[in-house]
Amino acid sequence: MKILVTVKQVAVVDDEFEIDGLGIDDRYVTHDLNEWDEYAVEEAVQIQEAADEDVEVVTVTVGPEESEETIRQALAKGADRAVRVWDDTLVEAGLLDPATKARVVEAVAAEEDPDLVLTGVQSADDGFGATGVTLAERLGFEWAAVVNDLELDREAGVAAVHRELEGGIEELADVQLPAVLTIQTGINDPRYASLRGIRQAQSKELAVKSLEDVGLSPADIESPLEQTSLYEPTSESDATVFEGSAEETAGELAAVLREAGVAN
Amino acid sequence: MTVLTVAEHRRGELRPVSLELLSVGRLLAEETGDEHHTVVIGGDVETFGRKLDREGVETVYTVDEGEEFNHDVYVQAVTQLAEALDPSLVVMPNTVNGLDYAPAVASDLGLPLVTDVVDVDYGERLTATRELYGSKTETTIDVHAEAAALTVRPGEWPAAEGVNGSSVEPFEVDVDESAVRSTVTGFEEVGGGDVDITDADVLVSVGRGIGEEENLDLVFDLAEALDATVSASRPLIDNGWLEKDRQVGQSGKVVTPDVYIAVGISGAVQHVAGMKGADTIVAINTDPNAPIFDIADYGIVDDLFDVVPALIEEFGG
Ligand SMILES: Cc1cc2nc3c(=O)[nH]c(=O)nc-3n(C[C@H](O)[C@H](O)[C@H](O)COP(=O)(O)OP(=O)(O)OC[C@H]3O[C@@H](n4cnc5c(N)ncnc54)[C@H](O)[C@@H]3O)c2cc1C
Repeated sequence: MKILVTVKQVAVVDDEFEIDGLGIDDRYVTHDLNEWDEYAVEEAVQIQEAADEDVEVVTVTVGPEESEETIRQALAKGADRAVRVWDDTLVEAGLLDPATKARVVEAVAAEEDPDLVLTGVQSADDGFGATGVTLAERLGFEWAAVVNDLELDREAGVAAVHRELEGGIEELADVQLPAVLTIQTGINDPRYASLRGIRQAQSKELAVKSLEDVGLSPADIESPLEQTSLYEPTSESDATVFEGSAEETAGELAAVLREAGVAN
Repeated sequence: MTVLTVAEHRRGELRPVSLELLSVGRLLAEETGDEHHTVVIGGDVETFGRKLDREGVETVYTVDEGEEFNHDVYVQAVTQLAEALDPSLVVMPNTVNGLDYAPAVASDLGLPLVTDVVDVDYGERLTATRELYGSKTETTIDVHAEAAALTVRPGEWPAAEGVNGSSVEPFEVDVDESAVRSTVTGFEEVGGGDVDITDADVLVSVGRGIGEEENLDLVFDLAEALDATVSASRPLIDNGWLEKDRQVGQSGKVVTPDVYIAVGISGAVQHVAGMKGADTIVAINTDPNAPIFDIADYGIVDDLFDVVPALIEEFGG
C-alpha cells in the first residue's frame, strides 16, 4: 500500500511586522511545517507501523527550495521519500489557489498511484481548507474532510472515519478507498523526530520536479484569482489596554475584575 | 443569471448560517442584478423550505434526498441545480460540511473557488475579502471569471429576515448511486468529563502561550484565586493536557460567562466562535496584533508569566 501525504511549509508572521506590497517583509517571516500536515504525516507513519503489509509513505510538496527543511522534518518523522514540485512558472503564478495546488498534486498522484492520500484540513497561513477535497474530485477518489479518527479496513477497502463537526459532535462515516482524507489536529500525538530519524532523513530521496516533469504546462496553472491587496485590518477594537509593569497592569485589571464582581 | 445559495441543516435543525447566506445572496443579487435562489437538500425539506422564505429570495428549491448530509448527494444536487440555473455565483457555508462538498462542486462546475470569505463586493467582477496569516492581515481577491463559487464565514452577516412569499419548489435530482461512495453511519457527542464550562460565571481560558503542561498550575492557581473555572483553546486539548470538555470554540463548547480571561490565546476564528458572547472579555497576550484584542474589552500586552502571578498576588492567592 502507498500513502501520499501533502506537506506544506507555512509562513509564520512575527508579532510585529511590516507589509511589503502583497506580502509580509521577509524579515518578519519564519517558516514551519503546517500544523495540520504534521498530524497527517504522523497518521500515515502510524498506519505504516501498524500494518501487516508493506506501506510506503511518500510526501508531496508544491513549494520552493526553502521548503526542503520542512520536508526533511517529515522524513525524519518516518516518511520514506519526498517529491517537491516547483519552477519559475509557479513563482510567477502568484496566489496559488486550491485548484492550482490540487492540479499539481494530482499530477504527482497520477504517477505515484496511492491508495490513500492524507492532507491537512487547512494550512495555517492562507487557510483555504479546500485543497484536499478539490484533489479528491480531480482524482476521482472518494474523500472526507476534517477527520479526527481513522480506522482502515484494507480487506473491505473502507476507511471508517470520524468527522469533527461543530459543537462537539462527530459524524461517523465509511469512505471507500482510494480516498483523500483531510486530517484534523488531535487525531494522534505527533512524535518528535529522533536524532536517528533526523540523520536518516538526510539520505532519504527528495525528488525535485518541474511542472514539465509531472506532465503539466504553464497553461494548467493559470489561476483566475488575483490577490489585489494586503493590509492590516482596521481594528474594531475598543479594548482598554493597560500599560505599565506587570504589577501595574495586573493591579488595574484586578480593579476592573472586582468591579465586575469577580472573587467578591 | 442567478445567485444560488445552499442551506445547511443538521439533526432536524436548519443551522443559523443558512439564513446568513441568504443575506449574502441578497446583497450579491442586488449588486449583480440577478435573481437570488436558495436550495435545501435532505431532511425535512418542507419545513426548512418555509423557513428559508426570506426577503430577496425568489425561489427556494427543495431536494428531497436523504435525512442527513451526505457529500456525494450534495455535490450531485448542487451541480445539477447549478447546471439548470446557470448561476453567476454559488454561495456555500464555510462550515465543516461546507468544506466537505464546496470544493468538489466548484471543481465539477469548473468554477474558481474562494473560501472563508468575510466580505464581498461585486463591481465589474467579484471581489472577495479573506484573512491571511491567522487573521493578522486581510487580503482582497479579484476573481477573473464569469462565474465563481465561494464559501462564506459563519457569523459575519446578519440572518435574513422577513417573510417574502418566495415560491418553494421541489427540484428532482437524478442521483447516480454508483457515485455515492461514502455512507454516514451515525453521530457521536464528545465530552464526558465532569466540568461544565458552559455553566461558569468566570472562565480563565488558557492557550498555547502557556508553553508547557507543567505551567498549567499557574492558570489553575489564578482560577482558584478568582473562584473561576479553567477552559482552554484547542491545542491544549489536542496535546492531551486537558479534557475535551474544557475546549472552547467551534468544535468545542460555546460559552457565555460574565467574564472570560483569555491567557495566551491568539483568538483564531474557530476559538472566537465559542466565546464572543461573553459579557466582558479580557486578553493577556504578548502579541499586540493578536486578533483576540479585536474582541477584547480589556487587554494587557505582556508576558503571561509576569502578569498572571501578579494577578494572583492581587487576589491574595
Ligand atoms: C475545523 C477547525 C475547528 C477548530 N476548532 C477549534 C475550537 O473549537 N477551539 C479552538 O480554540 N480552536 C479551534 N481550532 C484551532 C484554531 O484554528 C487555532 O489553531 C487555535 O484556536 C489556536 O489556539 P491558541 O490561540 O491557544 O494558540 P496560538 O494561535 O498558537 O496562540 C498562542 C498565543 O499565545 C501568545 N503567547 C505566547 N507566549 C506568550 C506569553 N508568554 N505570554 C502571553 N502570551 C503569549 C501568542 O502571542 C499567541 O497569540 C479549529 C481549527 C479548525 C480548522
